[in-house]
Amino acid sequence: MQPVLEVRDLSISFTQYQGGTRRRVLPVIRRLSLTVTAGEVVAVVGSSGSGKSLLAHGILGILPYNSQMEGELIYQGQPLTPQRAARLRGREIALVPQGVTYLDPLMQVGPQLRRGRRDAGARAESRAVLERYGLGRETEERYPFELSGGMARRVLIASAALQAPKLLIADEPTPGLDARAAGRILGHFRELAQEGAGVLLITHDLELALTIAHRVAVFYAGETVEEAFAADFPAGRLRHPYTQALWNALPGNGFTPISGTQPGPGEEGPGCPFAPRCPRRAADCAGDIPLIEAAGGRVRCLHPEGGKTP
Amino acid sequence: MSLEGKNLSFAYRRQGRVLEKLSLTLEPGERVGLTGASGRGKTTLCRLLAGYERPDRGEVLLDGRPLGRWRGLCPVQMIWQHPETAVDPLLRLRDTLSEAGGVEAGLLEALHIQPGWLDRYPAELSGGELQRFCIARALTPGVRYLLCDEMTAMLDPITQAQIWKLLLEQAEGRRLGLLIVSHDSSLLQRLCTRVQTL
Repeated sequence: MQPVLEVRDLSISFTQYQGGTRRRVLPVIRRLSLTVTAGEVVAVVGSSGSGKSLLAHGILGILPYNSQMEGELIYQGQPLTPQRAARLRGREIALVPQGVTYLDPLMQVGPQLRRGRRDAGARAESRAVLERYGLGRETEERYPFELSGGMARRVLIASAALQAPKLLIADEPTPGLDARAAGRILGHFRELAQEGAGVLLITHDLELALTIAHRVAVFYAGETVEEAFAADFPAGRLRHPYTQALWNALPGNGFTPISGTQPGPGEEGPGCPFAPRCPRRAADCAGDIPLIEAAGGRVRCLHPEGGKTP
Repeated sequence: MSLEGKNLSFAYRRQGRVLEKLSLTLEPGERVGLTGASGRGKTTLCRLLAGYERPDRGEVLLDGRPLGRWRGLCPVQMIWQHPETAVDPLLRLRDTLSEAGGVEAGLLEALHIQPGWLDRYPAELSGGELQRFCIARALTPGVRYLLCDEMTAMLDPITQAQIWKLLLEQAEGRRLGLLIVSHDSSLLQRLCTRVQTL
């Protein structure tokens, strides 16, 4: 089946000025690849500050002016140019952003959902979509500041669902919600996938991602290091040593930390960015590491888990 | 000698009652988990116990004395969910630490804080790196209770496990009492001696 979205070797960098005149180019995302097919939830998991949100902004074509993007974005088999993204975003491609600050603070929820349409059909649609997400009729009259965190999230999802998107991008949709509310929100995404949308879920919470995602792309220091099936995690079929370390660090598993910290943008050495912390590193890890197919998924590692210890 | 919240009631002016006759006791060396749905007043309880707010009714006692009567450094300190909002963005971390009275020798190494980080501003550090500074600052001598409000909720699992390992080592050495607020039941199970639900 043709994927809804294909991202191939995407890189995003920023041009910054230091001390006024010194220019430097800061690579934030490097060589990111992933695919999303219709009916599927794909999670991108990485720690906060690792540049995950930029992926969403890159796909939508709303990166800030001082950034450069390289690589290929293919949407429904055709290149996703900035012009095409501008036409599709908010319609076929919808974003569920991080928080209430993405709503217009001076506009009530109802008109915000209807986007300027005032006919009876639009009213019925907005009412139906609010009801679908458990929000009463009175929500239409509320301003964003009158919504709780969980309600605001549901309004944002309602706004995206109203367009019946083919690709839905959700950026950190759960922080600040308790487990039950977060579970409900994630359930809505799964539902939209069942109705045929491709869902890209960007999050730092591996445990929550595993509850709804079919596949998981793991992000480390701006690179995708592994694409795995969600079922690979509990089954012990992980490929990359970092993914394995993430899994082992969960409180429900070993709660075992590894030492060191993730390098920030521009701090990575040559070769594998995880090598300094990796139990399986070898001399060749300082060279170029390709993304290779392994056990139905993909891994960017020369000495993946399960293989011989170097 | 314990930290006691006795029959605490509290209301924010616009939201109505958040806490109603709630009691909680924390002993030295104890690690108590606090959980409950959003809006139940977990953070509010922490703010009362640390002296940021005064209860409408009830009292907070430390060693049997009202917390408000302690002078100087408050022996009850909070560690917040978003470290970037808990430090002065215009101060280098070195100055943030010295403002809090400096830190003991060896503590920075014990928390895996690299010397180079001291000369940076908060915006130049990640959340996990910054949270270590907030812990170092809270571990000033004289502090006996730490209230950790979703301290690692924004961090990845590896950093979360690192930070808790470091803090538990310090807390055990000093016999600190910890109140640990989290939505993550497996985390609380891992860390706490008992768990209270709000």
